[in-house]
Amino acid sequence: MGLIHEIDYGTKPGTATRLVHVNIDGQSIAVPEGTSVMRAAMELGTQIPKLCATDMLDSFGSCRLCLVEIEGRAGTPASCTTPVAEGMVVHTQNAKLAKLRRGVMELYISDHPLDCLTCSANGDCELQDAAGAVGLREVRYGYDGENHLDSVKDVSNPYFQFDPAKCIVCSRCVRACEEVQGTFALTIEGSGFNSKVSPGIGESFFDSECVSCGACVQACPTATLMEKSVIEIGQPEHSQVTTCAYCGVGCTFKAEMRGEEVVRMVPYKDGKANHGHSCVKGRFAWGYATHKDRITKPMIRAKITDPWREVSWDEAIAHTAAEFKRIQAKYGTDSIGGITSSRCTNEETFLVQKLVRAGFGNNNVDTCARVCHSPTGYGLKNTFGTSAGTQDFDSVDQADVILVIGANPTDGHPVFASRMKKRLREGAKLIVVDPRRIDLVRTPHVKADYHLPLRPGTNVAVINALAHVIVSEGLVDEAFVRERCDMADFAEWAAFITEEQNSPEAVSALCGVPADLIRKAARLYATGGNGAIYYGLGVTEHSQGSTTVIAIANLAMATGNIGRPGVGVNPLRGQNNVQGSCDMGSFPHEFSGYRHVSDDATRQMFEAVWNVPLSGEPGLRIPNMLDAAVSGTFMGLYIQGEDIVQSDPDTKHITAGLAAMECVVVQDLFLNETANFAHVFLPGSTFLEKDGTFTNAERRIQRVRKVMAPKNGYGDWEVTQLLANALGMHMHYAHPSEIMDEIAQLTPTFAGVSYAALDRLGSIQWPCNEQMPEGTPTMHVGHFVIGKGKFIITDYVATDERTGPRFPLLLTTGRILSQYNVGAQTRRTENKLWHEEDLLEIHPHDAENRGIKNGDWVKLASRAGETTLRAKITDRMALGVVYTTFHHPETQANVITTDFSDWATNCPEYKVTAVQISPSNGPTDWQVKYQHLSGQARRIAVAGAAE
Amino acid sequence: MSPDKLVYMANQIGKFFAHKSDEEAIAGIAEHLKSFWEKRMLAEIYGYLDAGGKGLDDRPSRALQQLRQAAE
Repeated sequence: MGLIHEIDYGTKPGTATRLVHVNIDGQSIAVPEGTSVMRAAMELGTQIPKLCATDMLDSFGSCRLCLVEIEGRAGTPASCTTPVAEGMVVHTQNAKLAKLRRGVMELYISDHPLDCLTCSANGDCELQDAAGAVGLREVRYGYDGENHLDSVKDVSNPYFQFDPAKCIVCSRCVRACEEVQGTFALTIEGSGFNSKVSPGIGESFFDSECVSCGACVQACPTATLMEKSVIEIGQPEHSQVTTCAYCGVGCTFKAEMRGEEVVRMVPYKDGKANHGHSCVKGRFAWGYATHKDRITKPMIRAKITDPWREVSWDEAIAHTAAEFKRIQAKYGTDSIGGITSSRCTNEETFLVQKLVRAGFGNNNVDTCARVCHSPTGYGLKNTFGTSAGTQDFDSVDQADVILVIGANPTDGHPVFASRMKKRLREGAKLIVVDPRRIDLVRTPHVKADYHLPLRPGTNVAVINALAHVIVSEGLVDEAFVRERCDMADFAEWAAFITEEQNSPEAVSALCGVPADLIRKAARLYATGGNGAIYYGLGVTEHSQGSTTVIAIANLAMATGNIGRPGVGVNPLRGQNNVQGSCDMGSFPHEFSGYRHVSDDATRQMFEAVWNVPLSGEPGLRIPNMLDAAVSGTFMGLYIQGEDIVQSDPDTKHITAGLAAMECVVVQDLFLNETANFAHVFLPGSTFLEKDGTFTNAERRIQRVRKVMAPKNGYGDWEVTQLLANALGMHMHYAHPSEIMDEIAQLTPTFAGVSYAALDRLGSIQWPCNEQMPEGTPTMHVGHFVIGKGKFIITDYVATDERTGPRFPLLLTTGRILSQYNVGAQTRRTENKLWHEEDLLEIHPHDAENRGIKNGDWVKLASRAGETTLRAKITDRMALGVVYTTFHHPETQANVITTDFSDWATNCPEYKVTAVQISPSNGPTDWQVKYQHLSGQARRIAVAGAAE
Repeated sequence: MSPDKLVYMANQIGKFFAHKSDEEAIAGIAEHLKSFWEKRMLAEIYGYLDAGGKGLDDRPSRALQQLRQAAE
């Protein structure tokens, strides 16, 4: 295995359908009209020397190295900015060009340190390559004159350094920041000889607006912007293509290695989800894989008040199996269950649900999608027929109006947000529905046309009002509805939606958004061309989460915005494999492929392959499991890769449920908060240590490839297999590809998926079957999966979580760019420098009323509990609404959230909690007690201490 | 499991069908309960129903009765 070298064609591919024929150095080629001479040459294998050009960026034409001669044209034009023309004859090399290039190169090198042997880019430097290519043999100017060689390095960023002495001012970094990332943090300061790259006015990289996406580092042709890991370790010697284990975008990376050590993660240009871009998490925050906190040996204890005792894998597995058997013998078959992980692979989640259904003999399996996108599954299945988003990410390139509801893509899904911002800079319109003024509302070169800052909990009312305008003002796409949807359902819905209670004027009083703003937004979405809806947990995590998803589907159907590129309903999935864990049958009522357990034909198919009778009744959801534990009928739980104590709502309820169980098994990388209540700890493996697949938010199945041996000894799928066999099952998979073969055999939407197909195609969007052997980028083309699209009435029902004198503010929670979910991974990387603690965002007026200043400690209290954290005063909050993240266990933001949940799926209502805030001097009693418990629960007995 | 919580959940489901006729709403609520509620939850709320079903809205109450009859 060697290092994967991706070809850099110098400029972007032409997209025209008309082909143009050119002759380059005696060879002919036909390329799309608009292709540059440089790219056409490279497609022939002729590499024209270049420095400022790269195919991730628009042509710039500044370095003057890529000069060519074209017959019939004067001068020596730059090949990167010169498009091909029919019949063009190009010469890329002759004495004149060679002399010109050497002269240019000589000038560059005259102000560049000649320390190639000790330079971190040695062997991977385009300047070095170009010097070799042009035959530079001497530099006549010397270093006596003015130069930049003594410029000071900026090492402020934890992941990369900026060494201006090595900068050739090609502007690739500046352009990458603008064109690829869309942050515009970098600029060229000064002019002429004094030109230099600058991350702001007198600011360091760390203090600037830079978001550390790494695009500039990737674009830099020299060692000017260089990963610190490369500086420390050296250049990688082999690489493997794999998939990021952070958010639901699912970026493809090259894991560049030296032996079993990761040197760097580099976004892969051929990645269909990210097209060579990345964010600070996937690009840099992989150090947790080797963090000292990782637990690599199994541990058990009789009581959760005991210290942990390290044991062999054999003892841990035998103990767990014996405990589960004992519990089932005492309390019944239904007294145990399992939780699958959205951070683990499809194959691993499939095995856990198989273990529960076929091994435990019940359907008590659930997944963390319960607390995020379960309403998406419910809502889209009932309206469209499929529990997934309708588009691929590329679809945004054809959107004319983008409607973002309850999502914060620049923080939660940053790589997709960059694509979205690019489309917005090209002229697409933007409507944001969110209580906060998220970055998209006002960011460089992007400004929302309409921001609807609604009161938390009023999503259904606002979307109904948008639909009201569309129907009552005659903006429905009647042809689409007539052809594609159930007309009786539509008629009933249209009558409902035009009722006065759904008018913007009536809804305005509920949601706080002016009626006129709602009307304008509705008209824009309905008439602005391709309308694409993107939504997140601000939609689903409500008592009416499923209703909101249905209302969104209604809106898209009414306007004909389904079934073609540029439109659609696009849930932005939170964790890397939320879509996959749902697809794999992790819910207690469904087998893989979203088929209900009561369906006899489906169940019999599974019974035949698994050779065991299966239950046809739905099992317990996570909150129901905890309720049953308190009631004494649910006593054992196998949790793979989830931290429900930190991530799930109403922490006191979660911990009471776990504390009531007799055997809690946690399989994870670290002793997480849930492990404080566990009796068995089975060490987990990282995405770098196993093979498998993840499925991202666009239904794209992508390979995860092992680049190092698991530090705990086993991949997570192997641990589940050990446990299954100890319980008497017969699981003998030799490789995850065999698990995928079984998934394909049992799941119609995965019928055509195999590791061979994934290797051949790179990735596959399900459904993949005989009809769509290479997958399905856009769903519901021509007809809905359900047949006729189903309009469903969406009454607005106000949440029972109400503000009042005791709790006059509303709390909503979310995430931030640098941290991921419960922070177990990102807190163990340098990302902690950007977000060392959870902060409470407060509107200035609310803060002033309570005598709270920026940075003060404040007590945050709800009817469920209270915690303390520091205040951040910002006018991006709406009056009366406060916001925090849940990344740090010291804060435990979910002590505050309540047990209210979505009516259909029990997805918790994280986004609406009535709270009060007040100045505070320090941690609450609960925090002090929990800190003590946490310390006690993490004790590990020293081997031999008992003797 | 707390009957209060189950009653609250059943009533929540009922509110989704508020715009439907009695017949459609009761069928919809029953189907939802059958599809998603584990048998312990159903047994608990049946017992609560037998004890008077205080707090249960009319339609969820009738849906539960219909569901239990169909299961018997």
